[in-house]
Amino acid sequence: MVHYSVLVSYGLTQWQGLADSVISNILLAACCLLIINNMRYYLPRQEKYWYVLVISGGLASVWLIAIRMLLWAIFQNEHAYLEMVSSSSTVRFGVAFLMLGCMATMSLLFFTQKEQKEMEARKMEAEKLAKEAELYKLRQQLQPHFLFNSLNSISALIGSQPEHARKMIHQLSDFLRGTLKKEERQLVNLEEEMQYLELYLDIEKVRFGHRLSTVMECEQACRAMKLPSLLLQPIVENAIKFGLYDTTGDITIRITAAANKNYLEVSVENPFDPETSSPKKGTGFGLSSVQRRLYLLFARNDLLETKVNDNLFMTIVKIPQPQ
Amino acid sequence: MKALIIDDEPLARSIVKEYLQHYPQIELVQECSDGFEGVKAIQQHRPDIIFLDIQMPKINGFEMLELIDNPPATIFTTAFDEYAIKAFEGHAVDYLLKPFSRERFDKAIQKWLGQANATVQKNNTQALLESVSHSAAQSQRIVVKTAGKIKIIPVEEIHYLEAADDYVKVHTKEGSFLKNRTMGHFEQTLGTDVFTRTHRSYIVNIQQITRIEPYEKESYVVILKSGAQVPVSKTGYAKLKQVLGL
Repeated sequence: MVHYSVLVSYGLTQWQGLADSVISNILLAACCLLIINNMRYYLPRQEKYWYVLVISGGLASVWLIAIRMLLWAIFQNEHAYLEMVSSSSTVRFGVAFLMLGCMATMSLLFFTQKEQKEMEARKMEAEKLAKEAELYKLRQQLQPHFLFNSLNSISALIGSQPEHARKMIHQLSDFLRGTLKKEERQLVNLEEEMQYLELYLDIEKVRFGHRLSTVMECEQACRAMKLPSLLLQPIVENAIKFGLYDTTGDITIRITAAANKNYLEVSVENPFDPETSSPKKGTGFGLSSVQRRLYLLFARNDLLETKVNDNLFMTIVKIPQPQ
Repeated sequence: MKALIIDDEPLARSIVKEYLQHYPQIELVQECSDGFEGVKAIQQHRPDIIFLDIQMPKINGFEMLELIDNPPATIFTTAFDEYAIKAFEGHAVDYLLKPFSRERFDKAIQKWLGQANATVQKNNTQALLESVSHSAAQSQRIVVKTAGKIKIIPVEEIHYLEAADDYVKVHTKEGSFLKNRTMGHFEQTLGTDVFTRTHRSYIVNIQQITRIEPYEKESYVVILKSGAQVPVSKTGYAKLKQVLGL
């Protein structure tokens, strides 16, 4: 429109002005589309600005030549007008160059941003997947030792006490099913987790016989408190191992749960021999995976604590309660 | 023939016992629930064959065998121990992975009965112990026998080691103990960040060093916190300087 009125005001006929502006603008719009599409499929990585300059300059020249040829063909005999077209070439080129340059820069920015957003989304997705996988792996690290030794106990029981063997198979199955079905981030009641622990402890008691006894103390108030599923089992497993392999006598594992402000506090106690082992070594794989899991779930590193009290080793875990 | 079972899990012992009932010529002389009992029982009964678990309270199966001069033929029973299994595969000593079948057990017994040459077996057991003790857990402590008692020494409590004929003398604040291993063995298994071989016959815990003094031409002596003096050779001094960052 602007183009048309300017041309008419310079003394061109309406027909000339209309034809000129329609042709110029359609071609210019085509050039813009070309640039946008080009940017969509190919985003320059280096020397972006040179690329913008070159492409808009090049296209503006091609565009200028094209309209001149077209106008020449249409208005072959109107010399005054054709002269005007020639003399306005610089202006036309300038306008086209600026238009195309703006278009190129805008689409460059637009597509670059879009690409960055996509990349970010991909990265976040990848991080999430990695975290899920890590959590899954941490939880799956059920000690093969435990499994094979339990199976060996069952094998022994089959000969002497088949009824007992059957019971242990059921306990072991329930335990294994528990490790499989639970969701990573799912929070469960302490009550439920304690039942699961009981199952685990029953199996261990069959394995170790009279050497292992356990005490579980749980305040009524915290039975309904929440904690990540299967969090306590590796802590108890660690305590049993530490207790049983560091002493030769009978041991008692004491598990106490209490509510403390907005936290559920569970402590697991096992005896050890301070003469022969520095408790540092006791915090082997079992606890480092618990620590890692707590970090991934709550983004905190201060929820797991160990204490030494004479010949007792204590592991204390604090679980923040959802408000 | 006398047999001995050493395993901390009662049910694991009972299954070996059950399988053994099919061999009237083998008499089960005792069942032990840990390595301490095991050492005593082996000395008392001198069994022809032992069934030995690896993961046991206080000292593991390998450490127990190290305490016995001329250990008897051994069939290891274990649930899962990647490292140990790798060690077994290179040696003729048999091992049973829990839970094991009666057929597998019989095969192990046949193999043992078929090995007429007992010395071959002994050498195998020795070689196995050598290779197993390179494992991480066992380079953290040394198990020694002293006046009929078994002592577990965490490596950080060792002041220094001294070669003594076929043995190595382990010096600690509670005195010194003999261990039937070579200096080369300790040089390889003890962490080089803490232990340095300062001399052909000495390995020192560098955390125990208070000062280094010249001794004779081109040789030195380190003084430990305990007051003990340990010779340092010319090459030992170079190593020591490197470790201490001098």
